[in-house]
Amino acid sequence: MIRRLSVAFLLLAAAPVFAGLADIPRPPLPPFTPAKPVRVVLPNGMVVFLMEDHELPLIQGSILVRGGAVREPADKVGLVGIYGEVWRTGGTTARTGDELDDFLEARGAKVETGGSDDTTSVSWDCLVESFDEVFPVVLDVLQNPAFREDKIALAKRQTETAISRRNDDAAAIARREARKLVYGADSPYARTIEYATLAAIDRDSLLAWHREHLHPNRMIVAVSGDFDAKKMEARLRRTFGSWKKGPAVTAANVPIAKARPGLYFVDKADVNQSNVRVVHVGVRRDDPDFYALEVLNEAFSGGFSSRLFLEIRTKRGLAYSVGGAVGSAYDHAGVTGYSTATKSETTVESIETLRAEIARLQKEGVAAADLARAKDSILNSFVFQFDSKQEILSQQVTYELYGYPADLLDRYRPAIDKVTADDVLRAARKHIRPSEFAVLVVGKSADFGRPLSELGTVTPIDITIPGAPEKR
Amino acid sequence: MNPRLSVALTAVVASLAVLPAAAQDLASFEKRVTLKKLPNGLTVLVVERKEAPVFSYVTRVDVGSAQEVAGITGLAHMFEHMAFKGTDVIGTTDGAAEKAALAKVEEAYAAYDSARRKTAGRDEKDVARLESAWKAAIAEADKFVVPGAFGEIVEREGGVGLNASTSSDETTYFYSMPSNRLELWAYLESERFVKPSLREFYKERDVVMEERRMRTDSRPGGRLLEEFVSAAFIAHPYGNGVIGWASDLSSFSATDAQRFYEQHYVPENMYVAVVGDVKTAETLRLVEEYFGRLPARPRPGPVRTVEPAQRGAREVVLKDPSQPLYYEGYHKPEGQHPDEPVFDVLADLLATGRTSRLYRSLVRDKKLCAAAGALHGFPGNKYPNLFAFYGVTTPGHTADEVRGALQAEIDRLKNEDVPAEELKMVKTRTKADLIRGLGSNIGLARQLSYFQMRFGDWRELFRNVERIQSVTPADIRRVAKATFREENRTVARIESIPRTPAGGAQ
Repeated sequence: MIRRLSVAFLLLAAAPVFAGLADIPRPPLPPFTPAKPVRVVLPNGMVVFLMEDHELPLIQGSILVRGGAVREPADKVGLVGIYGEVWRTGGTTARTGDELDDFLEARGAKVETGGSDDTTSVSWDCLVESFDEVFPVVLDVLQNPAFREDKIALAKRQTETAISRRNDDAAAIARREARKLVYGADSPYARTIEYATLAAIDRDSLLAWHREHLHPNRMIVAVSGDFDAKKMEARLRRTFGSWKKGPAVTAANVPIAKARPGLYFVDKADVNQSNVRVVHVGVRRDDPDFYALEVLNEAFSGGFSSRLFLEIRTKRGLAYSVGGAVGSAYDHAGVTGYSTATKSETTVESIETLRAEIARLQKEGVAAADLARAKDSILNSFVFQFDSKQEILSQQVTYELYGYPADLLDRYRPAIDKVTADDVLRAARKHIRPSEFAVLVVGKSADFGRPLSELGTVTPIDITIPGAPEKR
Repeated sequence: MNPRLSVALTAVVASLAVLPAAAQDLASFEKRVTLKKLPNGLTVLVVERKEAPVFSYVTRVDVGSAQEVAGITGLAHMFEHMAFKGTDVIGTTDGAAEKAALAKVEEAYAAYDSARRKTAGRDEKDVARLESAWKAAIAEADKFVVPGAFGEIVEREGGVGLNASTSSDETTYFYSMPSNRLELWAYLESERFVKPSLREFYKERDVVMEERRMRTDSRPGGRLLEEFVSAAFIAHPYGNGVIGWASDLSSFSATDAQRFYEQHYVPENMYVAVVGDVKTAETLRLVEEYFGRLPARPRPGPVRTVEPAQRGAREVVLKDPSQPLYYEGYHKPEGQHPDEPVFDVLADLLATGRTSRLYRSLVRDKKLCAAAGALHGFPGNKYPNLFAFYGVTTPGHTADEVRGALQAEIDRLKNEDVPAEELKMVKTRTKADLIRGLGSNIGLARQLSYFQMRFGDWRELFRNVERIQSVTPADIRRVAKATFREENRTVARIESIPRTPAGGAQ
C-alpha cells in the first residue's frame, strides 16, 4: 500500500516502497551459540556452576540448598518462610543482622536468604571491587547463623500481619483456595500458615532445620559475573572442598489428592467483580505430552491471540484478566486451571463461556491455523530462552535441582516442531478433564445477574481465619 | 583457613580487580548511544548490545492521564488499549467498508448518549430504541473485524513481552523480538500510530471497566489510593486516577479517543528506543523510513492548571471491611526542580531496605508496621507532585499510631543533620543500582527513553546520579522543613469495620 510520502521518506531514494506484511523480509537469524556455564562437582557432592559475564562489573551468586517448605512438619507450617528470613536478618555469631545490613549497604551490596517449596538459599549481588569483602559474609551466613530471637519475633509479626490480611484481596483468596481444591487443604502444595503453626516455630526448630540441611551434597552453587571462571573455581574448591558430605538426599514424594469436582463459592461483600477459577491437578514436566501441551496452552490460553483471550476479552468484553494452562511442575503434578475476573453481574455467563470453550476444545481440538500460529509463536520466540547469561544459568540450576538433563532445552525445538493437531487434540482430551474440575468463585452473590445455583449445587467455603491471637 | 590458602585468595582477588572495566559509565555510553530527531519531530535512540540475536524497544509517548479533562478521564489509558486493535489493514477484512460502518457506530452512539444523558424530558423508550440502533451498528461493524490480529502477528513472529502501560505522565509501549524481525517491527510499531483503527472500542471500554473493578473498586488498597490522590489534588489533573472515573469510562466515545490521539500522538511527543543486536545505521534507516510516515503536527498546549498551595491539612477516613492502611503525602515540586536529587536521597534514606529509617523505626523498633515505605514522584513527576509515606500495620495497631511514628521521623529530618555515614550509604547504593540497571535490553530502552523524554537528554540518567552525590545534610534539612508542613499534608487511611456477610476474619 503506497502512502502519501513525506519529504523525509522521499529523500531515501533507495528505500523500498513496502506493500505490507508479507513483503517484509525476515532474514534468517544469525547463528548463535549461547554461552554455557562451567559445571563442576566437588568430591563432597556440591555442584558448582560458573558463568562469566563481563558486561558489568558485578558478581552475583546463589547457593541453593535442597529441601524446602514442602518438607516442613504440618504443625509448623511457615517454618521455612521464617527460617529463610531470619537466616539473614538474625545475623551470625560474630555480627548481628543489623550490623550486616550496615556493612553491606555501605558497599552497595546485597546478601539475602530465602525459603521456597523445594529449597532454601543464600544469594548475593555485589560490585567486583567489593566481592572480597562480601563473599566472607556469604560464608559466615552459611556457616554461623545466629537466628537471634528479636528477628524471629519480627519475622513472625510480619507473617501474622500477612495472615490477618489474607482475606482482604479477592484474587489472593481465589489463588489460595484454588490450590486447596486441587491438592487438598493439608497438602504441602496448598496448606496455609496459621497463627497456631506459626506459634509453634521457635529458635530451636530453625537451628535444627539448619543442621539437617546445610550439607555440601545438598547444595548447588551458581556464580555469574565479571570474573575468571578458572580462578573462581579454584577459590570455591578451596572454600568448600573441606566441607563434609551429609546424608543422601531423598525425594519429597508428596501424594496427590483425589479430585474434588464441584462448584465452590466464597462470598465477599466488598467487591464488584468475581474471581473465577476452574482447576484440577496438572502434569509433571517430564510428561510425554509436555510438548503437545505447550502448543495447546499457547493456542488455547496463552497470550493476546489465544482462543480464551479472544473469546472472553476481545470479543465479549467480559474481563480484563483471563488465562490459564495445563500446568506442570518439575517434581510433582502442577495445577491445570483457567481463570478470569468479571463484573458480578456476568459471573455465571463467564463460567458458561469458559466451560463452553473448554468443551469446544475437547470436541474440535485447535484449528490448523491456530496450531500453526501457536507453533510459530513458540519457535520464533525460542531464542528468548537463551537471551541472557543469567537466564541460561538459572535454567541449568533448575535442571540440576530436579534431575533433568542439561540439554533439555536443546530437545525443545524439534519436539515442538513435531507436534500435530492430533497430538494436541489427544492431549487436550487426556489432560483437561471437565468431570474433575472444581469451579471456584470469589464474589458478591447479591449482585450476580443469575444465581450460581443455576450451574449446580454450590458448596460455600468458610475462609474465617482460625485463632487470631489476643491484641497486643 | 591456613595461610597458604589466603595468599592464593589474595591473588584471585587482585586479578578480579584488574579485569577490564566494563561498559557502565557515561563516557562509554556516549560511544554506544545514537540519538536522532527525525524531520517530523520523532526522537529515536539506538544502542547496540550484542548479547544475543534479539532486541527490545520502548515507544514512549508524552501523554498520560494528566492530559485529560473532566468527562474523558481514563482516555489516555483507553487509547493505549486501542493501540492493540490494529490499523486500516491489520485486523480487518475490508478497511474501507469497516471505516464507513464505524462512522455509523459513532453517529448512533452520539444519538444514544445524548438521549440517555438528558436531565429533563428523558424519554426511556427513545433511549432504548437508540441503544438498540447503536448495538446494531456495532454488530454491523464487527463483521469486518479480525479479532486480535495485531497481537497475533507480533506473537507469531516471535515477539515476547508484548504490553504497554499508562501513567499520569506518559504512555509506554514495548516488546522484544528476534533481531531478524527488525524491519517487521519498524513496520508494525509505526503502523499502529500512523493509522490506528478504533474498532471494537465499546467492547474494549468494558474490558477497561473490568480493569478498574480489579485494580480499584475490588481492592481495599486501590480504593484508598484513589481517595488519597483525589483529596491531595483539588485542581491539577493528577487528582484523577489513571484508570478514570466509572462514569467517564461508561460514556466516552471512539470519537473522543480519535480526537485525543490526533492531539497527543504527534511525532514531537514520541520517543522510540531500540536496544539489542541491531546495527545502528540500519535501525536509523528503518525508523526513518517507517516512522517518518507520521505527519508532523504541532505539540498540544501545556497543562495550564497548577495545583495551588495547600491551605490546610486534609484527611480521608475510609471505613472499610479490611485491615488498616495508612497514606500520608506532601506536595513537592516537579521532577525538573533543582531539589529533585534531595528528594531522591530522602526517599532512599527513609524507605530503601532494612537500613532505612522507616524500617528501623516503624517496623523493627516500634513494631507498628509489617512494611512501611515512601512514594516519590507520586502520581507522576512531570508536574508538581507528592512525596508520600505508607504504612501496613501489624495486627492490633492502628493507622493513628503510624501517623505519630512518621511524625517523629519527619521531625528528626528537620532537626538533625543526617550522619555522614548514612548519607554515604545512600550515595553508594545509588551508584551500584545505576550499574545494575544497565544489563538488559528492555531496561536500557526504558531508562534512556525516559530520561530523553522527561529531562531532554538521556545523559541525565548518569548526571542525576552525580547530582545525588553532592546532596548535603543541610539540603536535606532545608527541603524537609519546606515540604513536611502540616498545612501541606494529606492523609488517607483505612479504619477497619467488620465484614458483611460472614466469611471474613474479624
